[in-house]
Amino acid sequence: MTGYGLLAEFKTAEDLVEAARRARAAGYRRVEAYSPFPVEGLVEAVGSYKDRIPLLTLLGGIVGGAGGYFMQWYSAVVAYPIDQGGRPYHSWPAFIPVTFELAVLGAALAAFFGMLALNGLPKLYHPLFNVPEFELASRSRFFLFIRYDDRRHDAPGARDFLASLQPLRLMEVPR
Amino acid sequence: MSDLDRRDVLKLLAASAALATGACSGPPEEKIVPFARAPEMAIPGKPLFYATSVSSRGYGMGVLVETNEGRPTKVEGNPLHPASLGSTDPFTQAAVLQLWDPARSQTVLHEGQVATWPQFLAAMEARLTELERARGAGLALLTGTVCSPSLQWQLTQLRERYPEARWYQYDPLHADNELRGGELAFGRAIDTRYRLDRVQTLLTLDADFLSCEPYSVRYARDFAGRRNPDRGAMSRVYTVESSPGLIGAKADHRVALPPSRIEQLVLHLARALGVETPYEGDSPEPRFSAALLEDLRRSPGAALILPGRALPPQIHALVHMLNHRLGGAGTTFEHIEPVAFMPTPQLESIRALSESISAGEVRMLAMLEGNPAYDAPADLDFSSRLRSVPETVHVSLYVDETSANCRWHVPRTHEFEAWSDLRGFDGTLGIVQPVIAPLYGGHSVHEVLNVLLRSSTNSGYQTVRAHWQRTFNHGGDDEQWRKALRDGIVANTAATPVTVSPRPPSTGFTPAKAESLAAIFTADSSLLDGRFANNVWLQELPRPMSKLTWDNAAYVSPRTAARLGVATGDEIELQRGQRAVRAGVWILPTHADDCITLPLGYGRTHAGPAGSGVGFDAYRLRTADSPWVADIRVRRTGEHRWLVSTQHHARMEGREIVRTATAEEFARDPHFATTEKKERVPEHTLYPDYPHDSYQWGMVIDLNACIGCNACTIACQAENNIPVVGKEEVDRGREMHWIRIDRYYSQDSGRLDTDFQPVPCMHCERAPCELVCPVEATTHDSQGLNLQVYNRCIGTRFCSNNCPYKVRRFNFLQYSNESSEPLKALQNPDVTVRQRGVMEKCTYCVQRIQRGRIEAQELGRRIADGEVVTACQAVCPTQAITFGDLNDSHSLVRKLKSSPRNYSLLAELNTRPRTTYLAQVRNVRTES
Amino acid sequence: MAEQPSATTTAPGEVTLPSGYTYTSVTDKIANIVLTRRSRWPWFLTFSIALVCMLAFFLACGVLFIVGPGIWGINIPVAWGYAIGNFVWWIGIGHAGTFISAILLLLRQKWRTSINRFAEAMTLFAAGIAGIFPILHLGRPWFFYWLVPYPDAMSLWPQWRSPLVWDFFAISTYLTVSLVFWYMGLIPDLATLRDRAKTRTQQLIYGLFALGWRGEARHWARHQSAYLLMAGLATPLVVSVHSVVSLDFAIGNTPGYHSTIFPPYFVAGALFSGFAMVLTLAIPLRHFFGLHEFITMRHLENCAKVLLATGWFVAYGYLSETFMAYYSNDPFEIYMVQNRMTGPYAPVYWALITCNVLAPQIMWWRAARRSVPVLFVLSLVVNMGMWMERFLIVVSSLHRDFLPSAWGLFIPTRWDWIHLLGSIGMFVVLFMLFIRFLPAISIAEIREMLHEEKSS
Repeated sequence: MTGYGLLAEFKTAEDLVEAARRARAAGYRRVEAYSPFPVEGLVEAVGSYKDRIPLLTLLGGIVGGAGGYFMQWYSAVVAYPIDQGGRPYHSWPAFIPVTFELAVLGAALAAFFGMLALNGLPKLYHPLFNVPEFELASRSRFFLFIRYDDRRHDAPGARDFLASLQPLRLMEVPR
Repeated sequence: MSDLDRRDVLKLLAASAALATGACSGPPEEKIVPFARAPEMAIPGKPLFYATSVSSRGYGMGVLVETNEGRPTKVEGNPLHPASLGSTDPFTQAAVLQLWDPARSQTVLHEGQVATWPQFLAAMEARLTELERARGAGLALLTGTVCSPSLQWQLTQLRERYPEARWYQYDPLHADNELRGGELAFGRAIDTRYRLDRVQTLLTLDADFLSCEPYSVRYARDFAGRRNPDRGAMSRVYTVESSPGLIGAKADHRVALPPSRIEQLVLHLARALGVETPYEGDSPEPRFSAALLEDLRRSPGAALILPGRALPPQIHALVHMLNHRLGGAGTTFEHIEPVAFMPTPQLESIRALSESISAGEVRMLAMLEGNPAYDAPADLDFSSRLRSVPETVHVSLYVDETSANCRWHVPRTHEFEAWSDLRGFDGTLGIVQPVIAPLYGGHSVHEVLNVLLRSSTNSGYQTVRAHWQRTFNHGGDDEQWRKALRDGIVANTAATPVTVSPRPPSTGFTPAKAESLAAIFTADSSLLDGRFANNVWLQELPRPMSKLTWDNAAYVSPRTAARLGVATGDEIELQRGQRAVRAGVWILPTHADDCITLPLGYGRTHAGPAGSGVGFDAYRLRTADSPWVADIRVRRTGEHRWLVSTQHHARMEGREIVRTATAEEFARDPHFATTEKKERVPEHTLYPDYPHDSYQWGMVIDLNACIGCNACTIACQAENNIPVVGKEEVDRGREMHWIRIDRYYSQDSGRLDTDFQPVPCMHCERAPCELVCPVEATTHDSQGLNLQVYNRCIGTRFCSNNCPYKVRRFNFLQYSNESSEPLKALQNPDVTVRQRGVMEKCTYCVQRIQRGRIEAQELGRRIADGEVVTACQAVCPTQAITFGDLNDSHSLVRKLKSSPRNYSLLAELNTRPRTTYLAQVRNVRTES
Repeated sequence: MAEQPSATTTAPGEVTLPSGYTYTSVTDKIANIVLTRRSRWPWFLTFSIALVCMLAFFLACGVLFIVGPGIWGINIPVAWGYAIGNFVWWIGIGHAGTFISAILLLLRQKWRTSINRFAEAMTLFAAGIAGIFPILHLGRPWFFYWLVPYPDAMSLWPQWRSPLVWDFFAISTYLTVSLVFWYMGLIPDLATLRDRAKTRTQQLIYGLFALGWRGEARHWARHQSAYLLMAGLATPLVVSVHSVVSLDFAIGNTPGYHSTIFPPYFVAGALFSGFAMVLTLAIPLRHFFGLHEFITMRHLENCAKVLLATGWFVAYGYLSETFMAYYSNDPFEIYMVQNRMTGPYAPVYWALITCNVLAPQIMWWRAARRSVPVLFVLSLVVNMGMWMERFLIVVSSLHRDFLPSAWGLFIPTRWDWIHLLGSIGMFVVLFMLFIRFLPAISIAEIREMLHEEKSS
């Protein structure tokens, strides 16, 4: 098997969603759909997807906040206690702002880098970039892609199947 | 404790570094003896104190000079000296800066060219031989007031050697009127010493005895002793004055009158007291006079009238008479033989000199001190006359106006560099011992006189020592001598009182007629007669009333200003005859109408980098016939003068800042200062109380005692290496003084009172500054001190914003001296020199606290009360400032804090200040 | 390929794209500004003027570091001057961006789409410049890092009770989060630019920053989810930042600082000035780059409405400050208020009342709201007004506080002015570079909008 997979180009988002759904129904598992903007229902169409970002964000927030408060408490009460304006060493109300900021910071960074990590980004090379027409994916066209190494894959069948969806174009993606 | 050891090491390092950099020329070769209280041998890092005297216009003022590794760095008062009692005035504090001043004259000059001492000797030798042949005819000598026995002895020798020689005296702030008044009253020269500690009713007639006088410090102490309502009845002070003085600010009853009206008031008073006077009129201030008279009569033997030097001799004589009538002789005042040697009316003297110069009688003129070319009466035109004298010698600290007009200039040694002796205002003798060898190779007055005497002994030491042997002929007994050096005074040398009774005053004198506008010449509270013109500490010291710095101004009352159509900052031209001077106007609300005060000592041309071309020269209007008051004409020039002051708002805006009550109110409610809304301290707090079990430092400032003399400000500057910032920076509001003296005017039942309030750091227990510092650069220590850690400070200035007292000072630019080596040597090795960009403020002199702790620890005990004394406390003439340990139940500060008058500034902010104030009480007479 | 433009029937309040636009044309229109369109003289002119100002700013900073903060007019009592005023002003401006992109996103305000990108950029630049000033204003700027908690040799830590430390954390967090938020939104557009790039360099650079984005369905899903969460986080953050900044003053005890209204009052002020700045930027942007169809009249009108509303918040702040002073019956507070209205800085006070309270009232009239020149002038007026407010809070409160003996005046020096104008120059420079090298409008979101309109 030399190629990487098959790429079908569609004109509208609706076509793509429909195509994806049918590919799933046909039992294809390694299906990927590309669109120039987020298309509703597409992710469900291409297959099971579980959103882990919220959990990551929550954890990030907790780590940031708790760590922030601990740092303040430790430095002001344990490491280097000083009589500062006669205020108590553990002046918790004064510790709130920094705690809050660090919580937000932790959460935000978790969300961003979590997103990148789960998306496997950055990934500057990808076989699809070898297909000249694929540049339209970031502009105006919608693509459905089936990888050769899909479990129930046999080249002619897949090609016929994709052709049956009447794509604008059908392309071989070299590895 | 290890950290103290570390501190010691650091001190050593700092000290040796300073030693390496400082232009330090070690101790003089003769044996000098440190003051008894200081350790016998010098230990690096530990200061040595030497007792000596500095000359206050000729009279001796006892001081202790602190030297670190041989460098004089600070001056304290000598507790044993009657003129000091441990305190000093601003001038004495600034003396140490004058010592190190790089602008001081450093070489002999001939015709303005650099010459050598031997050359000078040779030249003199030639002159003197011919003069001696002429029995001294043509030799003239000019000095100031002479109170040095050794100098006196040398002068008599001079008389013997040159019988025809003439000796003249001149001091621009001469006491001619007192002198001649005394002669009128007693037929001969006599000094009068006042005992203010025994005065119940005091009347001052244009006499601001609290500042600029050789006796000011002592009189201030005595005066304040009777002004503490917690210690029995206060004295009552009536003041009549033209230009606002410190005593006027402290007076219970004050009237501001132009000079002529003051005379009328005195004459009226005299008549009322049964002394014949030519004045038939009524008192210019009937109610004032009536109250005064009643009080005077009510306190027989405890009443005193103090006449000012501007009043004519007849008035002085009259006042002598009155004082005797009031029965104060022996109690409120006593007469003593003149302390000065051969006191003569000095205006006569200088006039005689200039006349004999123009008569061509003077072949050689030696001026041992003073600066007549600048400060002699203008109409004598002294400087041009000088040039007509074949040979002129001028001995002085600076190459000044007079030096510029002389053939020879000889650099004079500073008082800390030379041997001499001085009698204090009460006659007490003090030995002047050098604490450092001459920095700039100067020569003392004695040395120069020895040259003129062509005597074998040439060193000042030999002279002083020889005279000592003569007077106290103890043969070879060194113990007495050493004691005299150690103590700074020679015991029992105070003049003994003489009993004289005044003759009835001559009625043949006509009281002065009212001037349309009277110019009043006064000493400047910072530059005195101009001799301190190059002293930047004094230049930047805010004048007590105007808070003006780096300048003098023509002071007028608001009404007179309106009459002249001028406002503060306007330039006017003062005209007297054909002489005219341009000056800036400054309006003082408490100034008398129809007169205008012109402080002397400015407009110098040869004062040095800091002093030349500053302000206007009032001497140019001052003539021999009217040295103190003169008729004057004024016109507006339309120009403006750039006058810079440190306080821009004079009213309290109804805020409880300086809290005052009359004696009656105080009697009714001793706690007046802290009643009702004034003290709104929340009883409850969420904050913990930090334990201060070791020491707890605190300070109390008695507003009743404070006379606003500025001594504390400048003492603090000297102690804490506080930089001078210059006129521009002061104008921007960036002066660095750690303790400032606020001056407020308060309108109270028709009286316009002047209140002084010294404001150092309050060392708040709940310090707002500490709360907002992001890097713990300002924080609290276990002794309750509010610390400022310079090394940690990054200069956010948030602390200053949050300080309600605005006592924090910021180094907006590189203010501290980095270039001048001599001035580096001046700095206190125990105090960090601050870098640009850091905040600083009063530390309660933490370096002194630390030294106290170290010494106490060596003795294995706690610091006793009074062992740690802050610089401001030490210098205060009236002991208004008390500092100590609040944990010590017997400490004075603790006692004072329990006084009913005790209150804290802005208490309602709940900052819990450690510095608190004792409210002011004015012994106002209640009409009954 | 001829694709039929779709009908443009939309719900009221929705922004329509003019008919005739397709995915392709939208993409090209916006991308070409960056990729092909040549800069015209207005851009160069503005840029070079701004550049000069920016260089002046750097010069002034050099002098500041060598000579010291004494080159400014600050003193005791007025130890804070322009530096802090500028800081608060810029950080305020730096609020609208995140507000628009975060809060309006949560509120599903579709009209935000075409202005959020450059508003975010504005936020970033403004906040960045704001961050410089607290460092410049230090007496020893080279030690600013002592505010960072790090294990130093003296084992010292920051003093957590100081609002300045809170500030430090608030600003740095805000900067980081805004940056990340902005960048995350940019990634798909960067991918577009990468694919549309004409030259190799463009391809490389954009490609590098696009991180290899391909627009796969799952990627989009995670992107959306993270973006939404970020918006959720940014919203309280925006509010917190200016609240913390306001605490720099409110925690202090100076009359005119020590006031509980400050946090909300500052946040409102921030949005007020922020939206003003959005208008100041949007109007020339749409004019010079022909983006009228994307930044429509409706956008400007909405901004104007927000301006009117926040203007009233601010006005309320002024009122309550005055009221509280008298209500508290605290002599110091009362004096402070009187001093503001009649003291040496009274002209500034009345000028700011005119700019911030009176001027925005013309927004009641639809005609005014829909007149571009009026909006532009007003936006400038409001920006000036807000700067004067910051100045007044910082300076006029300090210059006369508790002890009359310590009262003083602050007079700005030329360096104060250079630092203010220079910072504006720097802002313009950054913004000009942004519109030349990055899509000023979010292409992906416009496409999405287009799609929704078609399917509606």
